Amino acid sequence: MNWWQDIFGAFKANDVAMVAYVPDAGHSALIEACVADNEIRAVPLTTEEEGVALLAGAWLGGAKGVLLMQSSGVGNCINMLSLAATCRFPLPLFVTMRGQWHEFNPWQFPMGQTAEAQLNTAAVETMTAAAAEDVAPMAAATLDMAYSGGGMAALLLHQSLSPVKTFDQGGGK
Amino acid sequence: MSEDRRSDDYPLARRDVVRQITEGQDDLLVIAGLGSTAWDVTAAGDRDLNFPLWGAMGGAVAMGLGLALAQPERRVLVITGDGEALMGMGSLATAAMQAPANLSIVIIDNERYGETGMQITHTAGTTDLAAVAAACGIPVTGLVLNQAELDAALPVILEATGPVLHVVKVRAKKLDFVLPPKDGVHLKNRFRRALLGAEAVI
Repeated sequence: MNWWQDIFGAFKANDVAMVAYVPDAGHSALIEACVADNEIRAVPLTTEEEGVALLAGAWLGGAKGVLLMQSSGVGNCINMLSLAATCRFPLPLFVTMRGQWHEFNPWQFPMGQTAEAQLNTAAVETMTAAAAEDVAPMAAATLDMAYSGGGMAALLLHQSLSPVKTFDQGGGK
Repeated sequence: MSEDRRSDDYPLARRDVVRQITEGQDDLLVIAGLGSTAWDVTAAGDRDLNFPLWGAMGGAVAMGLGLALAQPERRVLVITGDGEALMGMGSLATAAMQAPANLSIVIIDNERYGETGMQITHTAGTTDLAAVAAACGIPVTGLVLNQAELDAALPVILEATGPVLHVVKVRAKKLDFVLPPKDGVHLKNRFRRALLGAEAVI
């Protein structure tokens, strides 16, 4: 089983009703599964901070949600995290990391290097899945800390879990 | 008076507008954007099913969208200001894509940043937020300039198949604060208790 299926299984086990995301290569299979699921409302965003507010509104209405992003999206969320922090809205984040494993794009380094520290500074608990077998227990723990603990929790998915991305066109560039 | 100060003379008063929209609407679920619109909904009567924001600028429409999707049988009203809406303009595109029939957005547009010294916003200049919403694909949009237009808009705001967005141009005038509770956990818990029952409070 692929690690993304473990995350999807955790969503289903927790009756997740809304999955918000900015399209992302690392999360693409998970997003497709959520879009195809009749019990999950998949909501594409224009920027990740919308998802923080969207899930707060969903929780007010009795629905559980999750927010998917890559490490660059963490920086887009910082002020909006104050909504979840101040009101203690449950907020589970699933973050595919860039800038840490065979990264070819130096523009991904800054958020790859600082996403976890920024989340921690914003009072979001973090854990990192460095291997595929980490994902299932950590996905369950992340959702539990959000929905039962009423907190903000992020699972960081190490870049080595995702296929190595390049812009090579086969011409040796 | 310079052209960008035209809102000094708009006929509609913001607190009258908000009171007319919410009066008697006991079942309405209300998200109010930070600043003046949070004070406006409170002046109309603080209630458990109001969620007045004290921060999270740019998040009111997205929060209303999440609530509307979670509660499709209830009317959800987002009341926010022009400055707050400008900061979250992308969420109009997101709301249009999801197209919840029960979501109504009212932008109380005084063309100023009311909490920071009444500096002009982009709507005092070139930006038309109703046109932005229409271009994003919000199917029902309107611009309200006077009482007659507000009278015509009220049933649309409260009952039309949405998503609906109205920009209501109001006079730029600093008003007394009417402050709602500021504790976020209290605001969340009272809303969920009123909507979902006592067992919804963890």
